[in-house]
Amino acid sequence: MKMKNKLILALAFTALSGCSMYSNNTPLRPTGDLGVIIERATGQVQVVNHTNNERLSEIDGLGDLSHASIVFSRDERFAYVFGRDGGLTKIDVLKDKIEKRIIQSGNSIGGAISQDGKLVAVSNYTPGGVKVFNSETLELVANIPASIIESKKPLADGSPARSKVVGLVDAPGQKFVFSLFDSNEIWVADFSEEEMQLSKYENIGSFPYDALISPDGRYYIAGLFGEDGMALLDLWHPEKGVKRILDNYGKGEKKLPVYKMPHLEGWAIAGDYAFVPAVGQHKVLIISTDTWQQVGEIPAHGQPIFVMAQPDNRQIWVNFAFPRNDTIQIFNTETFDLVKTLKPGPAVLHMEFTPRGENVWMSVRDSNEVQIYDTQEQQLLKTLPATSPSGIFFTNRAHQIGL
Amino acid sequence: MYANKVIKKLPSKMLFITTALLTNSSFNNSATAATSSAIAANIAANGTIISVVNSPAISVNSERQQELLHLLRQDCGSCHGMTLKGGLGPALLPADLANKPAEFLAVTILQGRPGTAMPPWNAFLSPIEARWLAQQLLDGVSK
Repeated sequence: MKMKNKLILALAFTALSGCSMYSNNTPLRPTGDLGVIIERATGQVQVVNHTNNERLSEIDGLGDLSHASIVFSRDERFAYVFGRDGGLTKIDVLKDKIEKRIIQSGNSIGGAISQDGKLVAVSNYTPGGVKVFNSETLELVANIPASIIESKKPLADGSPARSKVVGLVDAPGQKFVFSLFDSNEIWVADFSEEEMQLSKYENIGSFPYDALISPDGRYYIAGLFGEDGMALLDLWHPEKGVKRILDNYGKGEKKLPVYKMPHLEGWAIAGDYAFVPAVGQHKVLIISTDTWQQVGEIPAHGQPIFVMAQPDNRQIWVNFAFPRNDTIQIFNTETFDLVKTLKPGPAVLHMEFTPRGENVWMSVRDSNEVQIYDTQEQQLLKTLPATSPSGIFFTNRAHQIGL
Repeated sequence: MYANKVIKKLPSKMLFITTALLTNSSFNNSATAATSSAIAANIAANGTIISVVNSPAISVNSERQQELLHLLRQDCGSCHGMTLKGGLGPALLPADLANKPAEFLAVTILQGRPGTAMPPWNAFLSPIEARWLAQQLLDGVSK
């Protein structure tokens, strides 16, 4: 008996000392220069390092990532991946593994993390609405069903069809702001008090397809698909309601077919100007952030999808919809001149700048690679293999409002 | 004009495709002449590999089939989801399309749906290719 106890003690000691020896010898991995890349066709993600421009690991089992986006926990350790199949997956980028995964709806589009980092919200198409989870446990905190759309047939389970939700972002004051595609609304969900407060703005314009929030979290702008224009909500003055801006930017010009909806992620702003994609026009629109009027337009190679400003705001980088999606154009934000046209390859889907903007990574879906360029000379520095890459997300997003 | 160009460029054994194309009188074929001849050239260039899928009248060569399926997953998938379970656009799985005739789907693909986000794809697809894609949707696209 005594012998047995001693043995157990010895074993326990070995196990313990083994543990501490392991942690002493394992190289520490900071997360501030890491990123996660979606591999949309295979339900995988890659963990990458953007200081050394290298791949660190690949993680399987994230379901349908054909449309996916990511937000990061404020400690930059966990990535929350929002998948097309309603999957919400929490990834530990330190351990290269899935921490937790739930299926929270039938079909989702994106998500956001709250100001205090404790809530993760997901916007859903089916059933339409927003669900809010505890960021640590992924337990449901709140369910916000969207407006019922009477004209649409009920879902398979007999419940009424509800508006799809797009353009979900976090805002200061522990708020989430989002747009309702089918019912032309913007809603603000305030989680600063014990009980959630919901504010609804109706008739904001036809078919809001996506939205963005300014880096200071003040202005929420939804792009409209059903009409030329955008809808602006000043979160410092919500009592003023939603204001229509950029009315009739097409000025009666024939609308070109839109083969892919533009994305309004991030905020391309430089000096007094903001840059946004036109819908159905091969143009980037220039808006004055003082008057919110259009002050100009930049002719572009195709229907813009992402219009993204470098962190220093000196240049904007633009990618395009099918069939012109093999091209990137870079424009100067001071002169609006075309700096360079790049042809990275078939289907350039997304770009991500390093935190201070010396490099930009871009996913080239159909050549199965991620290309890294320097922003100064726009030269290709390195190519990394990836299977059907789409979104690229660096961990510094953890500390940016709206990302 | 479209039919003439196709007939001129196709080997004789492919005439039945042209016939199918012509009999689809419900299509308002607004593809440009340049696009049409490009499609015709494409078919002619690969004309030896013809597979008959689902319906004897609907034939698209196997190389083009792969291109069309890629287009379906990746580009139609932008709105309808890569697995066609829906997104901003509706789901396109067989159960969702029950009672929708292939002709109707083909016209929708070619001409789009005004008042919605569905654009016309007739600049990239011939009527016969749209009809083939419609049939794939109804049958369920094989993985």
